[in-house]
Amino acid sequence: MKFGVVVFPGSNCDADCYNAIADIPGAQVRYVWHKDRDISDLDCVVLPGGFSYGDYLRTGAIAALSPVMESVADFAKRGGLVLGICNGFQILLEAGLLPGAMRRNSTLTFICKDVYVKVERADTPFTSLYRQGQVIKMPIAHSDGNYYADQKTLDALETTGRVVFRYCDTEGLATAEHCPNGAMNNIAGIINESGNVLGLMPHPERCSEGVLGSGEDGRMLLMSCIHHLNRGR
Amino acid sequence: MESTYRQMGLSDMEYDRIKSVLGREPSLTELGMYAVLWSEHCAYKHSRKLLRTLPTTGEGILVGPGENAGAVEMGDYAIVFKIESHNHPVAIEPFQGAATGVGGIVRDILAMGARPVALLDSLRFGDPKEPRNKYLINGVVAGISAYGNAIGVPTVGGEVKFANAYSENPLCNVMCVGVVKKDRIAKGLARGPGNALMLVGARTGRDGIHGATFASEQLDETSEQKRPAVQVGDPFMEKLLIEACLELLDTPYVVGIQDMGAAGITSSVAETASRAKTGAELYLDNVPLRESGMSAYEIMLSESQERMLLIVKQGKEAEVAARCAKWGLLSAVIGRVTADGMLRVFHKGEKVAEVPVTSLTDDAPCYSLLPAPRPGTREEVPSVTDPDSTLLELLASPGISSKQWVYEQYDYMVQTNTVLRPGQDAALIRVRGTRGGIALSTDGNGRLVYLDPYEGAKAAVAEAARNVVCVGATPRAITNCLNFGNPEKPHIAYEFTQVVRGMGDACRALGTPVTGGNVSFYNETCGKAVYPTPVVGMLGVLDDILAAVTCAFKSEGDVVLLLGPDRVSFAGSELQYLQYGAPSGTPVPVDLEMEVRLQKTVLSLMKKRLVKSAHDLSEGGLAVALAECCIDQALGASVELADDTMPLPLSLFAEGPSRIIITCSPEHLHEIRRCCGEAGVPCRVLGTVVKGVLSIARAGETCLRVSVDHIISKWRG
Repeated sequence: MKFGVVVFPGSNCDADCYNAIADIPGAQVRYVWHKDRDISDLDCVVLPGGFSYGDYLRTGAIAALSPVMESVADFAKRGGLVLGICNGFQILLEAGLLPGAMRRNSTLTFICKDVYVKVERADTPFTSLYRQGQVIKMPIAHSDGNYYADQKTLDALETTGRVVFRYCDTEGLATAEHCPNGAMNNIAGIINESGNVLGLMPHPERCSEGVLGSGEDGRMLLMSCIHHLNRGR
Repeated sequence: MESTYRQMGLSDMEYDRIKSVLGREPSLTELGMYAVLWSEHCAYKHSRKLLRTLPTTGEGILVGPGENAGAVEMGDYAIVFKIESHNHPVAIEPFQGAATGVGGIVRDILAMGARPVALLDSLRFGDPKEPRNKYLINGVVAGISAYGNAIGVPTVGGEVKFANAYSENPLCNVMCVGVVKKDRIAKGLARGPGNALMLVGARTGRDGIHGATFASEQLDETSEQKRPAVQVGDPFMEKLLIEACLELLDTPYVVGIQDMGAAGITSSVAETASRAKTGAELYLDNVPLRESGMSAYEIMLSESQERMLLIVKQGKEAEVAARCAKWGLLSAVIGRVTADGMLRVFHKGEKVAEVPVTSLTDDAPCYSLLPAPRPGTREEVPSVTDPDSTLLELLASPGISSKQWVYEQYDYMVQTNTVLRPGQDAALIRVRGTRGGIALSTDGNGRLVYLDPYEGAKAAVAEAARNVVCVGATPRAITNCLNFGNPEKPHIAYEFTQVVRGMGDACRALGTPVTGGNVSFYNETCGKAVYPTPVVGMLGVLDDILAAVTCAFKSEGDVVLLLGPDRVSFAGSELQYLQYGAPSGTPVPVDLEMEVRLQKTVLSLMKKRLVKSAHDLSEGGLAVALAECCIDQALGASVELADDTMPLPLSLFAEGPSRIIITCSPEHLHEIRRCCGEAGVPCRVLGTVVKGVLSIARAGETCLRVSVDHIISKWRG
């Protein structure tokens, strides 16, 4: 059960992801330098949060072109699990591994706080340990989490059940007023058609240890991956 | 020449001194070098003598003032920390001024070989309703957010305070904390003649030339034109520098490291050579430049950001360059360490400067202050007709109301070590690899210092320590940022002198030495100075993060106690400021012995796990402190004040030092009383934690009654 956490220049949640994974019994984890191409030893690739390449140009735009991303695309095509968190989600969008784009938060400011999201799909490799419809608490920390897609793409995401996480209130009500950043349909995380590439704005690695004050709801996401991979063996 | 050196901020006397050191007229490059290194900002020429009176040593103090930052021992680790001002840049370009303020202090911590793990910002602005101040506030917060978030260092705390005195002269003090294995602390030493001086990071441009000199002047109408003296930050480059330097410090190739802040190449080379008692030769043609045609003068004085100086073992230059290249960073050998104590600078085949190193650093001019006090003021007493509305007004005031709108723009969680988030009495972060954590607080009430500089400084240290104690940590050491007006004016000199004396006395009493910091003078615009504002950055240590305490009331039925003396006044209080717009009167002096007893007692009660919540009483007095404890868990309290002779407004809203509210389970009350009695700490039962409402009664009569919902909504605004 081996995870790889990609390190781009400017990644800053790489160590947090590494530590959160390493804390889970049975999980192995290593760093992957953005110039490396060999990721054949991995079962799951994590693209961590941060400001890859300073997020200059557009968030994730330059990182999407780095050598490792070619390997990640191949890896995904062959069914490997790819998890993009925050900047990692933005990179997946820029790399075309997930549809849509990110705009500046509707508040026009960086937002760091705990939010509630509803688990819309509990039948993915990343969410199998949650209950369908479960409301979980996870922190967000970003300037550009305002998810956008054209109507056709949005309809396709909704009708095929590819919205995995949606911003909501404590009861699971997902109205615009409970969307922290203006994202369309309160989208906090989506998955690709084949169900092995997930991108989400909230940070599961920041809510994997109760002592940090955001609960432990995020740990379940990482454990779901392990659960899924173990089952496949 | 006369107009040239005066423009650079040198006096006639100082110019004569340069001539006598060199035995000739200085070149333009040399003159520029002296001007920046002898500026107040670099040379501390008006403060050095007094700063030497501060206590700087003590148990567990690994590094004191003089290095890039102080260091305190915590098990196998050293906690490195320092605070620095960026006031002048912020006044004219808030976003970049604040951003580069963060960048600069982070490089100081990096220069100690430590990974930066936390940032705190102590900010002062004028009335936030005025458009200009609003622009400054939004710009500063956005600048801190943009830079701090991108480099992945959490901004975990600080304060934002408002007073008209800061209207034209906002204060932006940034504190950074780092962690390093204690046997791996790096030094800013240019050791070993023949070793290479390598510049790593950004290219050198024409930005920030004479920034240090600019920071040593008063602001006026023309300051806006000095915008080019403010540098522009590139947080991405800084993040790469952090990773590359930490990686390089793990190799045996690097013997010394220094950040390039104020006065750029000149100061970093002069300081490292001076500390190591060596000399240096510089070849400016090797410096990677941002634009062509730069003169030696410009290269030597440039304050381009995101550059570090590495002192590299001779023969290992290529290895270092390769590591830098891995991180996409430029590096260049720009000089060599020499043995003869001279700093020689070559450019385009010519020697453009040759000066004794120590003449730039240790032998910089040092002046005595001529202090004279300002006359005192008569105390204006605020009127309170309806305590309910006074409480709500205070809770909604800019100084006391929630700062969520500020800290939500900062990433306070990255690095996943933040145990207590902004909004508590102190921030608390875990030290990975231990069970413990460090508590951090910045404090400094300019209004109190203005009224009584000596007592105000004591109060700042005492409050910072009390805040750290309230989360369960033992105060260990401070870093200070001393923000004042023009020290050549007698009353400012008086303020400064008294503040240093007060700070020294408080630090000695509390056992928290001063490990470093920064002095910022000339915070004046058109002759009007800011309140004298010593900001204390306190470091506390907690052995077990699971034992941390917060200020929120925890459960219904818990007993609410007030620990500490009953000495309060409206002088310098929040309510007085709200009603009169200026502080007046004489604040209550801090009884340092009482303060020490109070803090020790609270810590020992916490150690016995008897304390369920703790909160320091500060701005707004008892009523505001009680209300603040109600917010987080939406629990109220039913309080009965002692039937004494103190006027009700004083009991509720006046302010005094050495007071902490704690709560406990009823079964622990007896033990707490016993411990306080034994220690000589006044301890009064105020009442009990209840649902939904804060009510305060005296002599059986309710005098204040506000619902917790109302408290929360007013405070959140």
